[in-house]
Amino acid sequence: MYSIGIDSGSATTKGVLFDGKNVIEKVIVATGANPRRTMEEVYNKLYREKTYTVTTGYGRALLKASNKQITEITCHGKGAAFLDDEISAVIDIGGQDSKVILLDRELNIKDFLMNDKCAAGTGRFVEVIMRLLQEDLCDLDDYVKDADATKISSMCTVFAESEVVSLLAHDISGPSIAKGVIESIAQRTSSFAKRLPLEGKIFFSGGLAQLNSMKDAIEKSLELEIVTHKDAQYVGAIGAAVIGFQKNT
Amino acid sequence: MTIKKELPEIFEGFSEARRNGFIAAKKFKEQNRPMIGTFCTFMPQELPLSIGAATVSLCATSDEPIAEAEKDLPRNLCPLIKSSYGFGKTDKCPYFYFSDLVVGETTCDGKRKMFELMGEYKPVHVMQLPHNPVQDLAHEMWKGEIIKLKELLENQFDTTITNEQIKEAIVLKNRERSALKEFYALGKLNPPALSGMDLLKVLYGTTFKFEKEDTIQELAELTKKVTKQYEAGQRLEIKPRILITGCPIGGVTEKVVKAIEDNGATVVFYENCMGAKAVEDLVDENNEDVFDALAEKYLKIGCSCMSPNDQRFSLLDRAIDEYQVDAVVEVVLQACHTYAIETTNVKRFVNDKKNKPYISVETDYSTSDVGQLNTRMAAFIEML
Repeated sequence: MYSIGIDSGSATTKGVLFDGKNVIEKVIVATGANPRRTMEEVYNKLYREKTYTVTTGYGRALLKASNKQITEITCHGKGAAFLDDEISAVIDIGGQDSKVILLDRELNIKDFLMNDKCAAGTGRFVEVIMRLLQEDLCDLDDYVKDADATKISSMCTVFAESEVVSLLAHDISGPSIAKGVIESIAQRTSSFAKRLPLEGKIFFSGGLAQLNSMKDAIEKSLELEIVTHKDAQYVGAIGAAVIGFQKNT
Repeated sequence: MTIKKELPEIFEGFSEARRNGFIAAKKFKEQNRPMIGTFCTFMPQELPLSIGAATVSLCATSDEPIAEAEKDLPRNLCPLIKSSYGFGKTDKCPYFYFSDLVVGETTCDGKRKMFELMGEYKPVHVMQLPHNPVQDLAHEMWKGEIIKLKELLENQFDTTITNEQIKEAIVLKNRERSALKEFYALGKLNPPALSGMDLLKVLYGTTFKFEKEDTIQELAELTKKVTKQYEAGQRLEIKPRILITGCPIGGVTEKVVKAIEDNGATVVFYENCMGAKAVEDLVDENNEDVFDALAEKYLKIGCSCMSPNDQRFSLLDRAIDEYQVDAVVEVVLQACHTYAIETTNVKRFVNDKKNKPYISVETDYSTSDVGQLNTRMAAFIEML
């Protein structure tokens, strides 16, 4: 008995195979321009006989083989609670939106907020700026290690891009700009998150959760303990698989 | 099998009232009867009614004329205000065209200032609405504004309006309110008798019908029919029960209702101003001073332009209990400051006092956010 969870995000599509206790396989691919084909690709890689499949994320309705579709809010809550059962909330910074999910003592979702109006303060924002600085997103932690942050005042990704161009023209160093971008996202995220009554341990998920510099910046501006997990990017897919397993047994 | 077909047809009929209203309005005008275009629910409909005039809502619900409106108005303004202005300016709205007089009220800042510009296209009479309904003189002031409107109608239509005429109009309008209340009280039934979308079609459609007696009769027949079929076993599936509050909805903003009902819940009550907000309280028919009675009723409308706005919370309080509501969804139109700010208190009230989940969604008259609305509503309903 297995379940598959697939999270079709705006930037990447994540899939996991779950046996009721452990995640036994993980797949991540860039979503690209054809999310349906990408989901099928992920599904085929994970497929076993007798699996129950739950899909989530923007493209959740696209996979024919899906047994059930559940929103990314519920899946992120469930997935994070599966990875760490001591948390009280989840902050997820995705490719083009960010969300805060409040959990109750039984780890059920109590309330949530979603910022899906624009790409400001999301993974896309970092991606755009790093492309401009001609640096790899994966090396960001090292890149900003000893830098002092330059204040980035534009909240809009497009405006911030031109702000960065003019900072570069003023000979401000790349790492200092990158650090400024990280702090700007952290502040934006925490002021958004503070609209819900947060306390205790907060789980940080999404692609940006892999960056320690990002985690530290959020911890600093939120003044709460932030935890994450090596599989934090898969948290939506894991939640989908956990729910799928429960549904099918 | 004919019975089964009938109800949807009736609901559709209400839903088409706005589209077909053009002909109805034309016929109405051919009888040489005046038509008064209105905006908010504070305008006492009893006055136009007392001279046999019809009132029609000019609060627009489509994004069609917004581009034209944005030539004069800021982009970052409530879509209802932009759309209403745009229809007036482009003369594309038959109701605007047929209105002999347009009456606005100083409800929100956006409308108040928009009326100045609208006055260039059409005579607009603006009633000065006090924003604290319980302070000294608020009642006197509003009563004075109602008397002023009466005098304006007398002058413009060369007639006199007697107390007796107003009294008759009060009784008639009260009967319409009661008929509407009895209809939307069907939402109390659990399992539900009708969908929130059908409820909305009727509530919204009613505002585009011009003969009150006909409306009252149609509503009574409809309520009877639904009740009868319900008793005969025609019930809808039990789902989480949603109360909608906030800015006016209808037209394109039906997308919120659709997102709720497509994702596994049922809307059972509308607190908005096209719903129960202005219908719940009747005008006191025993008060000999008709203007006093009207002022009292209309100042009790719990709109967010009022501060304090206790009436809204007492209606929410009652409705959440009486309609066995599981969760509250608030709809805020983009850049509607008073409703947006009041979401904090509504959320606190619903979460802490009523122990129910609450979500507010901001939207406009475009359809670009349908995907996001669906995700939000689905997630909210999964949480219940």
